[in-house]
Amino acid sequence: MVKVKSLADLKKIKSELQSKLDLREKSEHPEKIVQVKVAMATCGIASGAKQVMDFMIEEFEKRGIDAVVTQTGCMGYCYAEPTIEVTVPGKEPIVFGYVNIQKADTIIEKYVKNGELVDGIIPVNYETIEKQ
Amino acid sequence: MKDLSLHILDIVQNSISAKATFIDIIIEEKPLENSYRLLIKDNGKGIPKEMVDKVTDPYTTSRTTRKVGLGLPLLKMNAERTGGYLKISSEVGKGTEVEAFFVYDNIDRLPIGDIAGVITILVSANPLIEFVYSHQVNDEIYVFDTREIKEALDDVAINDIHIIKYLKEMIHENLLEIKAI
Repeated sequence: MVKVKSLADLKKIKSELQSKLDLREKSEHPEKIVQVKVAMATCGIASGAKQVMDFMIEEFEKRGIDAVVTQTGCMGYCYAEPTIEVTVPGKEPIVFGYVNIQKADTIIEKYVKNGELVDGIIPVNYETIEKQ
Repeated sequence: MKDLSLHILDIVQNSISAKATFIDIIIEEKPLENSYRLLIKDNGKGIPKEMVDKVTDPYTTSRTTRKVGLGLPLLKMNAERTGGYLKISSEVGKGTEVEAFFVYDNIDRLPIGDIAGVITILVSANPLIEFVYSHQVNDEIYVFDTREIKEALDDVAINDIHIIKYLKEMIHENLLEIKAI
């Protein structure tokens, strides 16, 4: 396929994909789809959060899972970076630590698809330095 | 940070935290003048005067989740390593401008890295912020402007999971053409 290079190419791709594409309203109702937030402050980026984010975006698309992957600042778990917060519709958000590509894969396959809990969950009662 | 694109990803977070709605990322490569300049400008809330001189001190941070901030100090270190500098100017209520200057032919100048990926991440993770990324190599320039992209995409979200990879491809192809990567 010809590579997308100009705005015109982009428009063309858009019309080719139209049936698959989500309309903008969907992003205004994010509670209906899987939401992933990747912690991307200095600590996260330095430990590889970008690779994890790239991987998740790519895999959700490949595996046909409706999801939005966004970034957030430091969640205070610098020791466990890269960290991600996953919110599956109807469930409480869960924060996973030490997420590399393999771990991200397990999270998608086991937690997002089947609801099974996997290693590396950071408990919500963890307190940041300011609260102590 | 392993490359300049990761520094950009990191520094832009400051603009996002400062509630910027418009972020300008400029890279100017001028091998003939031996200069490589990175500018990040935003219209965020700005940094108070007394704080501006202190932001490159690792023990300065406005966050509350932890007590150190290494983003700007690390960029400063990498710029100074090449014989360059880091300059920050800011006005409260108007915005902030971070300029990192690198000596082009210095062996310690970081490679650009996956800049197309970084710009795509920033754009897709912050659909409400407008980004303009311009990259100049000698006399050739490529400008990526989310306002144009949004117009072209019309009713489709800029962070649509099917669209993201094409945005990345588009930036990548254009940078290849101007020999920026």
